[in-house]
Amino acid sequence: MIEKALSGSKYYWAWICFLLAVILVGVAAYIRQFHYGLGLTGMSRDVSWGFYIAQFTFFVGVAASAVMVVLPYYLHDFKRFGRITILGEFLAIPSVIMCMLFIFVDMGQPTRILNVILHPTPNSVMFWDMIVLSGYLMLNIVVGWVSLSSHYKLVHPPKWIKPLVFLSIPWAFSIHTVTAFLYSGLPARHFWLSAIMAVRFLSSAFASGPALLVLLCLLIKRITKFDPGDRAIKGLVTIVTYALIVSIFFVGLELFTAFYSHIPGHMQSFKYLYFGLEGHGKLIPLMWFSTLLAITAVLLLLIPATRTNQTTLVIACIFVHVSLWVDKGFGFVIGGFIPNPLEKITEYWPTLNELLVTAGIWSIGMLVLTALYRIAIVVKVELEA
Amino acid sequence: MSVDRRQFLKAAGATGLLGLLGSPLFKIFAPGELEASPELKEGMAKSAKRWAMVVDMKAFPTEESYNKCIEACNNIHNIPHIENEKHEIKWIWAEKYENAFPDSYNGYVSESIEKMKFLVLCNNCENPPCVRVCPTKATFKREDGIVVMDYHRCIGCRFCMAACPYGARSFNWRDPRPFIKNLNPSYPTRTKGVVEKCNFCADRLYRGELPACVEASNGALIFGDLKDENSNVRKTLRSKFTITRKPELGTFPGVYYIIGGS
Repeated sequence: MIEKALSGSKYYWAWICFLLAVILVGVAAYIRQFHYGLGLTGMSRDVSWGFYIAQFTFFVGVAASAVMVVLPYYLHDFKRFGRITILGEFLAIPSVIMCMLFIFVDMGQPTRILNVILHPTPNSVMFWDMIVLSGYLMLNIVVGWVSLSSHYKLVHPPKWIKPLVFLSIPWAFSIHTVTAFLYSGLPARHFWLSAIMAVRFLSSAFASGPALLVLLCLLIKRITKFDPGDRAIKGLVTIVTYALIVSIFFVGLELFTAFYSHIPGHMQSFKYLYFGLEGHGKLIPLMWFSTLLAITAVLLLLIPATRTNQTTLVIACIFVHVSLWVDKGFGFVIGGFIPNPLEKITEYWPTLNELLVTAGIWSIGMLVLTALYRIAIVVKVELEA
Repeated sequence: MSVDRRQFLKAAGATGLLGLLGSPLFKIFAPGELEASPELKEGMAKSAKRWAMVVDMKAFPTEESYNKCIEACNNIHNIPHIENEKHEIKWIWAEKYENAFPDSYNGYVSESIEKMKFLVLCNNCENPPCVRVCPTKATFKREDGIVVMDYHRCIGCRFCMAACPYGARSFNWRDPRPFIKNLNPSYPTRTKGVVEKCNFCADRLYRGELPACVEASNGALIFGDLKDENSNVRKTLRSKFTITRKPELGTFPGVYYIIGGS
């Protein structure tokens, strides 16, 4: 099947070449960082995690959101997702790969990364994160590939695949839960120290991931001969709408606890992000931008006229994805470090080199996604013809 | 002599096996000989069940008096002097009351406290969050309570920095060596990409010496065994009112402060 990714129109190859070029730039930027050290990034003694870890956190969510097509289809026999389960699984694979790469480029001593396996430490959440992420990657590769190739060979999928499919469902929840535990178990980081962090992560993931999937489905419908089906897209949109509203509700819960209790530690990061703290407020425009997009998206998704109109639906899905990307892929991580444990403020902004490395990783993700989707779509189209 | 493929593979395999087993074999037959062994006379090392420190602020009358402690530490431990605050390496440094004890700050402190700078350093907690989160055991708590770093195992993930409630950990954002003013050849330098912090001078205790800052403090830093009732630390804690940083977090810091002041 893999050969299907090696043939395509000139547009397909132009896109691949573009991605390869960006990857090359990213690799060059990474080599620079490898030699100089992480000082080439905007991170500091006070804001010791930045864009890389924030992007990692966001894409764990996108990866986990595959469960939103797998679960209804396999557990509730929700037939209309049958055509897109493979798209969900194949979106999870590049997402997890990006997560792993973001972790890797964030390491101070990347050549020692195997120490995590050589000296396994079950009391560290990072150890579990490595286990759940690599497990989830394997599950999605095996399940996605085996289902697609049996489909291609016109045979029933082997019996042993079912237990793996069922296993992948709780596993998807576990990856984002463990990622939330990286943050929510740290004393003195009040912004993160919240019991609802895991569900907050999951709800925002189940909005941003399926929103991306809707966009991908609409794009596929437009540029290929494969039609994911309007009813499947409609199902996804319902999930996005509910998940987004729940996600906003959870932010509201955090705000209530922080500001009604009026405990300074709980308020400070929110204040920094949305209003500025002691004259520092680099992230204010970004956070309000994210808020505005989220509210607009909720309205567009709730009003039947805009939900059913394809143009406004596309806008709504872009807004959902971008809004949550800003919130979780930037503000959430940086906000937790401000102010520092001594209540001093050091601000953070990514450097050019950091952004180039990030762009390289996104491109690797998109390259894998393009190849996998190409295979899936060619197979589906050939069978339908 | 010609060597056929099979012979070559055999020889290569045997050599490889020897390489793999060679070093452990050496260790079995000549234990300890391959490692550097510092000179240590019997009974010389200072030992304790839990090392702890009391910072007596009354005994630091001037800026100079506590700066001496900081300098002693910086010089002995090859701490680089990096101008860019974002990339600073700090093991022990001075902070205002409101920063050292943000949770006890009520907005109105006496003039004497306002002027004071408090020495802050790794608390070598009884219950260290940094040790809990480290994915490689590169930072761990010794039997004597000191939380130490293995710079050769640290992968530089900085999870410990996010976990530390005291901001006591520094990361080498770049190669620190060009920024070391006077190299102390008897103490290792660090490399880029690893985390470091105060370790209560574990190596000096091993050689029977007191921590560098304690030695330079002129009695203002009291160091001893918290589990020994007769130690000077316990005597001080019995006779003076002390506080620790962020006690509400349950980390049980090993550094106590006599605030004094008026």
